[in-house]
Amino acid sequence: MTTLLNILWLGLKEIRSLASDLVMIMFVIYAFTMAIYVQATGTSSEVNNASIAFVDEDGSALSKELFNAFYPPRFQVPEAITASEVEDAMDKGRFIFVVAIPNRFESDLRAGRHPDIQVNIDATAMQQAGIGANYIKNIINQRIATFLKRTDEMVREPVNLVVRMLFNPNGESAWFKSVVAIINQVTLLTIVLCGAAVIREREHGTLEHLLVMPLTAFEIAIAKVWANGLVILIATGASLFLIVQMALKVPFNGSVILWFVGVVLYLFFTTALGIFLGTSSRSMAQFALLIILVVVVLQLLSGGSTPVESQPQWLQYITFFLPSRHFVSFSQVIIYRGGGIRAVWPNFLMVGAIGLGFFVYSLVLFRKSIAVTK
Amino acid sequence: MLPPASQSASTPVVSIKDVTHRYRSVVALDGISLDIPSGRMVGIIGPDGVGKSTLMSLIAGSKKMQQGKVIVLDGDIADARHRGTVCPKIAYMPQGLGKNLYLELSVYENVDFMARLFGLSATERPIRVKELLDATGLGPFPERPAGKLSGGMKQKVGLCGALVHEPDLLILDEPTTGVDPLSRRQFWTLIDDIRKGRPSMSVVISTAYMDEAQQWDWIVAMDAGRVLATGTPAELMERTGTKDLEKCFIALLPEEKRSGHKELTIPPRTAAKSEIAIDAKGLTRRFGSFTAVDHVSLSIERGEIFGFLGSNGCGKSTTMKMLTGLLPPTEGTATLFGQSVEAGSLEVRKNLGYMTQAFSLYGELTVRQNLVLDARLYHIPSEKAKARIKELVEKFGLGPYLDSLASDLPLGMRQRLSLAVAVLHEPEMLILDEPTSGVDPVARDSFWELLIDLSRRQGVTIFVTTHFMNEGMRCDRISLMNAGKVLACDVPQKLIDERGAASLEDAFIGYMEDAIAGASPNGESKDKAATSTPSAGQSAAPPTPLEHRAGRFSLGRMLAYTANETMQIRRDPIRLAFAFIGSLLLMLVFGFGITTDVEHIRYASFDLDQSPESRTYLEQFAGSNRYFTETTPVYSADEALMRLQSNDVALVIEVPPDFGRDFCRGSKPDVSAQVDGANPFRGETVAQYAQGVNDTMLRDPASGLYTGPNKYTASIQERYMYNPTFESIYSIVPSIPALLLVLIPAILMAVSVVREKELGSIINFYVTPTGKMEYLLGKQIPYIVIGMINFFILALMARVVFGVPIKGSFLTLTLCTLLYLAATTGIGMMTSTFTSSQVAAVFVTAIITIVPTIQFSGLLQPVSTLEGNARIFGLIWPTTYYMHSSVGAYTKGLGPALMIPDIIFLSCCIPIFWAVSFAGLRKQEK
Repeated sequence: MTTLLNILWLGLKEIRSLASDLVMIMFVIYAFTMAIYVQATGTSSEVNNASIAFVDEDGSALSKELFNAFYPPRFQVPEAITASEVEDAMDKGRFIFVVAIPNRFESDLRAGRHPDIQVNIDATAMQQAGIGANYIKNIINQRIATFLKRTDEMVREPVNLVVRMLFNPNGESAWFKSVVAIINQVTLLTIVLCGAAVIREREHGTLEHLLVMPLTAFEIAIAKVWANGLVILIATGASLFLIVQMALKVPFNGSVILWFVGVVLYLFFTTALGIFLGTSSRSMAQFALLIILVVVVLQLLSGGSTPVESQPQWLQYITFFLPSRHFVSFSQVIIYRGGGIRAVWPNFLMVGAIGLGFFVYSLVLFRKSIAVTK
Repeated sequence: MLPPASQSASTPVVSIKDVTHRYRSVVALDGISLDIPSGRMVGIIGPDGVGKSTLMSLIAGSKKMQQGKVIVLDGDIADARHRGTVCPKIAYMPQGLGKNLYLELSVYENVDFMARLFGLSATERPIRVKELLDATGLGPFPERPAGKLSGGMKQKVGLCGALVHEPDLLILDEPTTGVDPLSRRQFWTLIDDIRKGRPSMSVVISTAYMDEAQQWDWIVAMDAGRVLATGTPAELMERTGTKDLEKCFIALLPEEKRSGHKELTIPPRTAAKSEIAIDAKGLTRRFGSFTAVDHVSLSIERGEIFGFLGSNGCGKSTTMKMLTGLLPPTEGTATLFGQSVEAGSLEVRKNLGYMTQAFSLYGELTVRQNLVLDARLYHIPSEKAKARIKELVEKFGLGPYLDSLASDLPLGMRQRLSLAVAVLHEPEMLILDEPTSGVDPVARDSFWELLIDLSRRQGVTIFVTTHFMNEGMRCDRISLMNAGKVLACDVPQKLIDERGAASLEDAFIGYMEDAIAGASPNGESKDKAATSTPSAGQSAAPPTPLEHRAGRFSLGRMLAYTANETMQIRRDPIRLAFAFIGSLLLMLVFGFGITTDVEHIRYASFDLDQSPESRTYLEQFAGSNRYFTETTPVYSADEALMRLQSNDVALVIEVPPDFGRDFCRGSKPDVSAQVDGANPFRGETVAQYAQGVNDTMLRDPASGLYTGPNKYTASIQERYMYNPTFESIYSIVPSIPALLLVLIPAILMAVSVVREKELGSIINFYVTPTGKMEYLLGKQIPYIVIGMINFFILALMARVVFGVPIKGSFLTLTLCTLLYLAATTGIGMMTSTFTSSQVAAVFVTAIITIVPTIQFSGLLQPVSTLEGNARIFGLIWPTTYYMHSSVGAYTKGLGPALMIPDIIFLSCCIPIFWAVSFAGLRKQEK
């Protein structure tokens, strides 16, 4: 009972301290509103405004038709260049795609031959090249067919593959990115808040003050966990409703409560990590440098920027122990795919287990470190 | 204000007219006018926070003048040109032990650095530095890092640094605060010796120890930003009819401040009960090889006021921590009221009130909130707590401040609040660690009244540390401590009598000298002999005049900063690790973690037809191993959805009933592919692969589902240039150096400048002839070198770990990298001009560099596809150009010619960043 009360009072103090730190509050608000909106709507992984040029050696009606088949927003209005310019323009990075239509293209086609069309692709533009090349192929095939058959009817193949995009039918990248952005901010901000709370207390000497009171290290640490965790939880909730659901209109297919249960489990881990980093760094400056390294690893390998399946197998075994990976995974399941507890319990279990393990470890370290505070 | 009582015949060395200085709304100096006579030893006395330091830094030209005029050495110090000419004649040692020293650097390196900044030649320097070190007794340990020195020794190093260029005006800001009495005395002897050697030198010193100033030539007493009085100590004491300067100072205070102050009287302790409150036996604490506390034994009775005297770092605080259970002793035992103090024992703590050295309450909470928080944490019932808080607030005079933030309280009030908090739960024992340091004499006396009341009337045992000798006199018993050992322990008067000394300070020094004589002759024991060397400060051959060297760009000073910075970072494991291990780690994480390759997609078939044709169709997917990995088929729509939901599969191919029949009839059946689109990029790629398998199958005569060629189709030849296998590693790996070589060098550069601001060593830049360009370039060079080393490491990793070699011109890329690093460290330089804490510097620089690099530099989205502002930003961001060069040289195999535009752009960035930093960097503190 006294322990619970201590944790309550210490936690309230923690929130008060945070409330008086205007810069931090502004940072939290910015991170969960503006920053998420910008990240979600910023760069798109869709092919958008792709730069394209044509080398038209045919000069026929068909080649002009093809030239006109590319237009914004997906592609820029194509530029006409000569064959000799291709190499240089690609080297300079002026275009991602250059389509070369050979001489006598239309007449060869009409004669039933299968003339070549060359599509030069800058294969260092990874996100656009593959998908964009496919669009180009489809557009060209379609245009040739309709042009020659003088009909706008779709040409049917012997077997027609009908693709149904589930969970995000229009492939809007803002849906995915907004949620990943929240996840990244949760990771970053909780670590910053919790670690800073530990360091601030140590640098201001208030930690010593607490330690001579009848309080245990456990009470001091858990108070920081709940207080900072709560702040982030509220910020996350607000961000989800205001930014993701209202401003970006991302539908939430699964159970909101279930997702928040998951967030709480994850917060347990990040707060523990914050305490760990706050304890192991000697000053705020070192803490800041450490955070950059840790957060980049947690965010990049979580599957939020590239799917976990694309990581090398050996790396997947390692990232299996990253709670951020499971957070991204269960968020996708709940938010887009509308999955229930049956689909996410392994993730929950993993996040909870690692969180608990880390928390115990950080606590031991925290206790040790305060035993030898100079 | 009283007029200066005695005016020197010669012109004053410093003349101050109507100077007012504010920090936001707080007035530090309030219209001060003052003439400081030259060739004298002038003391500025007053407690903390009265404006002494502000005044000193204004005189030194290290702080920017706000209002008024200060004439130093016949010129206006606000005038940058005058500062440039006179700064080689002024030496300034700021407040704080070793504040302007570089703690990673050795004693010799620190002094040598200052000598280089003042333009001493390479032949002069070793002689001059050695001379100074010998004179100050630092001769035996030139190699010791400044961070590992005692407070007294740090101050001596600072003094050497200040004297290296033979100044005419020496400004020392509280040089002896926190220094032990022996070192203090040695320090003053040293100054006296130096003055004998250079009688024309004026010395201006501030101090909070009034007794020190007794022997000086001329005194300025300050309070609340104003001058109370000036004159020789004898004059001032005569005028106020007092016998020592401290009492004199109190008498000089305005009436309202003195009201309520009375001579402190200590009723004798009634030695009725002789219960032992604290009993420590052989307490020892070691940190590594360093023994902080060495076999300390104490026995303190209930109700006693027990004093602990010693300098900073002598082991006082460590002893206290062991007594409070904060720190477990390495050896020995301690009991409080018969109970063992083990770290973590909660019972003992309930009986204990502790006031730490620094103010350790929550500055962001109000006085009331602080009190209430502690009442709650001690579980005092709320009714009782209310009454107790009310009682304490009245008694401690905290009433008017109840709702103001603790951090806004004046120092004396803060100490009272700390005491109130410490006694809130009515402990039987109070442990106070330097409770009155920096507090003005009046507040100190009233603080002691509270202590005496607690001890005499409530029987509270008080254990207090202090470095004020007169406070030591007030204790029932004191123990003198030095270098971890208790030298003597008894009633103060007895200690004095025993040694036949005049004062407690003399007695203390006597004990210290005995202890040193008894110990083996190493460490600081040599100080004494050395300081008495009469040659101190007199150099055989005076160095050449230095004035002419200020003003112009000096390569020597720039390189001095380069050498300094290099040594610092080489000795800082964290920054070093960040510089090298950081880029190594991030290269691995980015290289393996970012990939746009979508491979081994897990899929399930949902065959509703079960005909030979449907099986043939599905086999095609199983056949393409690189892209698709088959899992157990699904048998219902629900199951399909379930498995897609749980991310077990990313694709379900559903072959409809009658697929075989329809296909053979040529009625072109549909096959449905359900793709997990949660991650749109991946979903789209999966869909395309599926489409690709479908298309290939229909055109491949061997597939079994071939229906003959289609009329009127072109054959589209896709030519994946630069990266024929279309593996993202060839695009990502060359992009990573572009990101890392902006992030890490920029952060390190920003931190290197801001760190100096935060730690105080930037004062060396303010008060030496160092030019802004010398400072910036000198600091930039090491980080460019670090960046280049990183570049080679990353290139090696790209080749060995990722198998991505450089196909193009390595030499041109190296040149490009050099320019790029000059630009990126320039970005760090710019952020350092407007950030004031290292944390802010790290985060701001990280955000400024990462965001545009990821969004606009072509890392993920080619610059040619950006629109509007994003495009403009992409075109002016240096990383865009380096990205082009890097990807070009690694993957595209570009030759030197194609990198020339990049080289030109990067070269243009560098002077711009310099110019901005030059404009933003201040040569004076604001």
